Amino acid sequence: MKQLTPGFADPVLDAQACFRAILEAMSRPGRIQRIAAHITPPAPLCTAAGAALLSLADADTPLWLDTDEAVAAWLRFHCGAPITGDIGAARFVLSCGPAPSLAALDIGTDEDPQLGATLILQVAGLIADEGWRLTGPGIQHEHHLRVLGAPADFVSAWARNQALFPRGVDVLLCAGDSIAALPRSVMIAEG
Amino acid sequence: MYVAVKGGEKAISAAHTWLDETRRGDTALPELSVAQIEQQMALAVDRVMAEGSCHDRFLAALAIKQAKGDLIEAAFLLRAYRTTLPRFGASLPLETSRMRLRRRISATYKDLPGGQVLGPTFDYTHRLLDFALAAEGREAPATPEALADLAETPRVTEILAREGLMQREALSEADPGDLTREPLSFPAPRPVRLQNLARGDEGFLLALGYSTQRGYGNAHPFVGEIRVGHIGVEITPPELGFAIDIGDIGITECQMVNQFKGSRTEPAQFTRGYGLVFGHGERRAMSMALVDRGLRARELGEEADAPAQQEEFVLYHSDNIEATGFVEHLKLPHYVDFQSELENLRTIRRTAEAELREAAE
Amino acid sequence: MTEAGYNFAYLDEATKRMIRRAILKAVAIPGHQIPFGAREMPLPYGWGTGGIQVTASILGPADVLKVIDQGADDTTNAVSIRRFFTRVAGIATTDATGEASIIQTRHRIPEKPLTENQILVYQVPQPEPLFRLEPHRAETRRLHALADYGLMHVRLYEDIARLGHIAKAYDYPVMVNERYLMSPSPIPAFDNPKMHQMAALQLFGAGREKRIYAVPPYTAVRSLDFEDHPFRPIRAPQACAICGSTTSYLDELVTDDAGGRAFICSDTDYCQERQAAPKAAAE
Ligand SMILES: [Zn+2]
Repeated sequence: MKQLTPGFADPVLDAQACFRAILEAMSRPGRIQRIAAHITPPAPLCTAAGAALLSLADADTPLWLDTDEAVAAWLRFHCGAPITGDIGAARFVLSCGPAPSLAALDIGTDEDPQLGATLILQVAGLIADEGWRLTGPGIQHEHHLRVLGAPADFVSAWARNQALFPRGVDVLLCAGDSIAALPRSVMIAEG
Repeated sequence: MYVAVKGGEKAISAAHTWLDETRRGDTALPELSVAQIEQQMALAVDRVMAEGSCHDRFLAALAIKQAKGDLIEAAFLLRAYRTTLPRFGASLPLETSRMRLRRRISATYKDLPGGQVLGPTFDYTHRLLDFALAAEGREAPATPEALADLAETPRVTEILAREGLMQREALSEADPGDLTREPLSFPAPRPVRLQNLARGDEGFLLALGYSTQRGYGNAHPFVGEIRVGHIGVEITPPELGFAIDIGDIGITECQMVNQFKGSRTEPAQFTRGYGLVFGHGERRAMSMALVDRGLRARELGEEADAPAQQEEFVLYHSDNIEATGFVEHLKLPHYVDFQSELENLRTIRRTAEAELREAAE
Repeated sequence: MTEAGYNFAYLDEATKRMIRRAILKAVAIPGHQIPFGAREMPLPYGWGTGGIQVTASILGPADVLKVIDQGADDTTNAVSIRRFFTRVAGIATTDATGEASIIQTRHRIPEKPLTENQILVYQVPQPEPLFRLEPHRAETRRLHALADYGLMHVRLYEDIARLGHIAKAYDYPVMVNERYLMSPSPIPAFDNPKMHQMAALQLFGAGREKRIYAVPPYTAVRSLDFEDHPFRPIRAPQACAICGSTTSYLDELVTDDAGGRAFICSDTDYCQERQAAPKAAAE
């Protein structure tokens, strides 16, 4: 087994900065944030997805992933997150390959919609101000976001997720060191 | 004005300096040591450990000194310190039949294996102020009788259970939940309820327990057993894989025996209310056991309309750290909300007066 | 320099992660109360522990913190909280609303409009807007799940029938994103309209009640009202005795024993800024 690459150089302040980028992304859906921390997670995990999990996942958050053992070992070591094979029981779902169906994830309950999972979806690229038209909380008029390598039927799957509100799944889109968020409250139209 | 004036920071510093001075009191008198508090205010230390939910006699004694003897303030200091401590693991369940007893009494049997051990108790003392204590330097007399032996002493409830007369508690390997990490949600499982009661305010528990005896909750309790003493705490570090003893704690356990009429599925039998607290705290353990039994009303299919049977009411209001914070926060300035009430009241009165005038015209 | 023996911003990293996860879900579900494992803080429950835990979880060394209580930076509890964060996080603080990146508040929203680069953190004593009407939280959770807010409408309508007005002057309930009924914390109803479509993110922390909730930027926040009785924010019909503002929220001061009253801005930074630039203010 190869040696594990390090996690955050400063576990306290890097996690804080990364969390703020995610908070900003979640608060202003479709706006692209950059992760400043320099980490080199094992392939295929990108910096943004790796940093998001280092910041948010731990022993209390079962994690489902579709990557090989190198990524699992890295996350297990740095986050201590238990890896689960049951996607419906995961708090965080990491997808670096073909995206799982949103409907397979935990959507929470009417009383506890916050139990809905967070999908960390690694994509080929994020481009601002073109593509999908986003509206909803966090967006003054409309935001535009093009997601390179998004699953083909994502917009219609999202509409079904959105219709479940307040239950549902939240998505962090990650590409390289870029991150954008789709909270369950946001509406997406093809652009 | 204590608020709007600039210089709040200076005022706070000055107030805290004054607090330090009053804590010390008359400097002509010797200063209390933490060790003296720990030894000579032992029951106050026990209460602070219980409500502060941290078993450390030294820290509890220090908190009492710092809090000028205000035990709720001391429990708060201890709790706030406790939250910052790292967690190394969970202890194994205590087997209280293996306690080293200082005191053990039963009100249900005149004699029983292990016997009745009175131990150091206020019971049967005449509550007459002892002016001899005011004269310092008196030697404490030696205890005439040695401690009870350390052999295992069977629990009274077990004696009843063997005869089928006491409902057995369901065994469970499930994670009992942790009140200090997860907020309460309802219905709360019994382990969480017991955690809440174990560190609940003694006065609140006492009053609620008392209310069940006075008809608010239809309790018919007997003290099956109270045991006070010490017990070793064990943990199993994952890297070792076997249990190790990490030290002793002082505890008080109370098992209340209660009547149960029986139901369609269960024969009539006794049920228990359970109390277990840090240190020597019989009043607290007994009150806890009464309230525990009260809170079991729903699961036992009894009516649950008395205050001590209302799970949300009891568990949300038992914590004196939360309660004292919120009651005392009324000291904080509220003039923004008060001002909005003032204007609102003036508007409502103006409207009413205008309507009266109109009606008169 | 931060206090020896404590982590940056006091909370340990596992607690921060737990709170951060709760905050993200709160933003994703505007107005919904997220239960969280609030910790004992070295300040008493009811004195801002929820706001402090939220601030401690989002705060970084680059942030500039402003703390207000009743609109003022110099109220004793605001001073105490600001001092706490200077001690445990070593961050810069300010009185100037425009310079702050995080503003922790009790009972007010600053008069100066907040920007996209700011986060407003509210201290919340009682997050459940229905608590006076239904004290059982198991029941209010059900009502939120069903979006059944009939109880509150009935309560407000009874006020109108009896008094001619809605008698709620502060902690006036709002609908967030037309889904969740939410307590805005005990801010005066005068401040409610500022929450609507605010550019800044609004986070709410209730420590004793162990709940976190949020209003994302540019989100609809509607004060409950009726067609024939529209919501009217109330303020004292006076001008500030110091800066002359006729639009800011005022504190009432008792000046003598003979019924003398004076009114001054509750937002001390707003008032001082107007005093410093009287020309710009007197448009
Ligand atoms: Zn003014």
